[in-house]
Amino acid sequence: MNLWLVLAGNSVAFGGLLFLLSAGFSLIFGLMRIPNLTHGSLSMIGAYFGTSLIAAGCGFWAAAIAAGIGVAILGGLIERLLLRRLPGAELAQVLVTLGLSFMIADLCLMGWGGDPIEIATPPVLRGATLIAGVAFPTYRVAVITVATVIASGLWVLLERTRLGAMIRAGVDDPAMARVVGIRVSRLFTIVFCLGAGLAGFAGVIGGPILSVYPGLDQDMLPLALVVVILGGSGSLVGSFVGSFVVGFLYNFGQAMLPELAYVVLFLPMLIVLVLRPQGLFGRAAP
Amino acid sequence: MTALVLDDLEKSFGGLRVTAAVSLAVEPGERRLIIGPNGAGKTTLFNLITGELRPDRGSIRLFDREITRIPSRRRAHLGLARTYQIITLFAGETLLRNVTLSLLGRSRLRWNPFVRLGRQEALIAGARAALERVGLGHLADRPLGQTAYGERRRVEIAMALAQNPRILLLDEPFAGLSIAERRDVQDLLAAIPRDVTVVMIEHDMDVALDFAEQITVLHFGKVLVEGTRAAVVADPQTKEIYLGE
Amino acid sequence: MRWLALSVSLVLLATVPFWVASDYYVNIASQILLYAVFALGLNVLVGYTGLVSLGHAGLFGIAAYAGAIFINGGADHLIAILGALAATLLAAAVFAVLTLRGTGLGFVMITVALGQIVWGVAYRWISITNGDNGVSIATRPSPFGLSLATAPGFYWATLLVFLAAVVTIAIFVGSPFGASLRGTRDQPRRMNALGYHVWMIRFLAFLFSGLWSGVAGMLFLYYNQFVSPQVVALGASAEALLMVIAGGTGTLLGPIAGAALVVVMKNVASAYISRWNLVLGAIFVTIVIFMPEGLVPGSVRLWRWAVDRLHPRDVEPGRGARQKSGA
Repeated sequence: MNLWLVLAGNSVAFGGLLFLLSAGFSLIFGLMRIPNLTHGSLSMIGAYFGTSLIAAGCGFWAAAIAAGIGVAILGGLIERLLLRRLPGAELAQVLVTLGLSFMIADLCLMGWGGDPIEIATPPVLRGATLIAGVAFPTYRVAVITVATVIASGLWVLLERTRLGAMIRAGVDDPAMARVVGIRVSRLFTIVFCLGAGLAGFAGVIGGPILSVYPGLDQDMLPLALVVVILGGSGSLVGSFVGSFVVGFLYNFGQAMLPELAYVVLFLPMLIVLVLRPQGLFGRAAP
Repeated sequence: MTALVLDDLEKSFGGLRVTAAVSLAVEPGERRLIIGPNGAGKTTLFNLITGELRPDRGSIRLFDREITRIPSRRRAHLGLARTYQIITLFAGETLLRNVTLSLLGRSRLRWNPFVRLGRQEALIAGARAALERVGLGHLADRPLGQTAYGERRRVEIAMALAQNPRILLLDEPFAGLSIAERRDVQDLLAAIPRDVTVVMIEHDMDVALDFAEQITVLHFGKVLVEGTRAAVVADPQTKEIYLGE
Repeated sequence: MRWLALSVSLVLLATVPFWVASDYYVNIASQILLYAVFALGLNVLVGYTGLVSLGHAGLFGIAAYAGAIFINGGADHLIAILGALAATLLAAAVFAVLTLRGTGLGFVMITVALGQIVWGVAYRWISITNGDNGVSIATRPSPFGLSLATAPGFYWATLLVFLAAVVTIAIFVGSPFGASLRGTRDQPRRMNALGYHVWMIRFLAFLFSGLWSGVAGMLFLYYNQFVSPQVVALGASAEALLMVIAGGTGTLLGPIAGAALVVVMKNVASAYISRWNLVLGAIFVTIVIFMPEGLVPGSVRLWRWAVDRLHPRDVEPGRGARQKSGA
């Protein structure tokens, strides 16, 4: 019984982490119609950047935020200098993000070497907390909290601010949004920065759980893909729900059917893609 | 045997009723014109007839054969051909290749991966003949990208005629044409033999009225007025919806 | 002119082991040819059907793994090859049915998912695939008693398969079916209205494409005598796509050139440049942005531009410069 609870707890924590990673991906996919294949490597470079900051004496949270900002800037550069040159050519944009992911992964290897780097759990959050009589690692509880806070923040942004309304309009109908006067191209840059920044932040946050290693991007990207496809692109609720579904599938799959863990993970995504291409919460393609 | 019968055809998109209980019958060899203001549902009607859209209710019969459930690609083999409002030709290919593709669609040859298409003389000769019929034989080897808009419209018609259709649906064949080009197309249409039934959607009244024997007027998805050319033109409802025309 | 170029190329290709410096380079040539087969197969789908796949390494790998499993199970090479190709065709059929539910980006995403599932199985289903350790086979086949164990021997066998692929695909592309295929790429709606069965055409093209990916996979297995999950990773599919796009999708030469580029860069350049992925990614990005039609058509375009600069317009012998501005 205890094992299930621990597994469930880990799944929720992992789900929280996935949400941080995939919320940005979902927004980018929903608004710009590009599956941003650079997302995994952006998260990874954020994580590596965080390790350097921490090694230089920065506090954990400061490092996470700084990494987020750094990767957001990188994302902005990518969007303005590269993606902007291919307006509307979604396939070409996907290929560019693919090429970039190769480049960033290699840059990480060049900059930080091939050995995994551990990020220490911030001292305040070490140890365990008792919830319902079971001890959960305090850090994982913190991750869930951070994810929920960010989710709420994003929700407020999307539902209650003008920027959010513009983003939602752009997700629903970009052509119409332009006609109405929304500067869609500027929106693209903002959303890409936001998404990239969240990915970088998530990379550092995930550090104490996953550590940072070459290939982290290849491990994380498919998960973000599954979350967004299951949950529906452009839908915050979808990313939230999808993240936890994937968190559970991944952890329970690993524990119970280790040989078929990937099948357990990707089969639902495949089923959703085939039966309901817009995802559980997404909007049907126009 | 009636060439085309639409019975109580119904199509809605979300809350919008684009085709509202449309019934009409076209006799073999007839020249039917469908007119109506923008948004009347004319092209949707064509899409329902060709099978690109499925009706919510109602039936379609082609020469007394029920085709409502038959997929679009099979209807081409039953003698249905159409042209499009927006030119949808194969931009990178020559005129000859465009029309050849049209002919190929009706032939078993289209599944053959072994022989050279360039060697299929009967097929290619047929395509050349189809281009000759619309006066474009001399441009057969010209890439589509190097032809004028009026010529492309004629290629559209050549492709449809090459299918040897029993019913030809023309969606705004005069759109965007110069006066001279319009005359060419008019002559073309006049030369179509009577064993082909022609249904045309048009906006341009001058040329279309010449062509039509029977006219159906659509308005907000419904059949408003129907009858001979003289009757429809004189009808006060027609005048009303075409304010100022 | 074309026949001359083709004959010369053929002679050059056939004699590679004689004029190339060492076995190392002969092996590079073999790799180029086998990846060219893979790229040509992928191009049938990407270039001629208009469907971009980021999961084709999955089909390549299924062939290699199936072949390895058959061989290690005691089957002789012919049975193993046929078995592997049958498995690949079956997988391609399943892939096709699932991926054709989507169009455009949806199609791409489903191919990624399928590729990942194959990778996941290769990586985790250790009892069958030996996981990360991979599967090795002991010998290469000896068709008609000729040994393929040497570099030149294997090269000639690969060359024969490569030529068979080129000829077969060229016939396919020039056939009525090939024309139908390109038609569905350009105007699927119109093709439907003309009486073509668009889904079936795409399905068959997918199978044909998968078949050649499988052939390449078997060549790979025999070349390395080893297969591991790396072979079916997303990166491998991306490299294959790069080969097609870099070379140019609209031609037969394009994927071949693309394969040569990627293989040479990977093997030769990586001896001098240690960061191969960085270069690969950079080339990818540059080509997509600046030469989207690919290296071969793009180079042809540049060549024509340069020629036009040096010799303005056609001046036929016997006619004066007055003809310069004609038609």
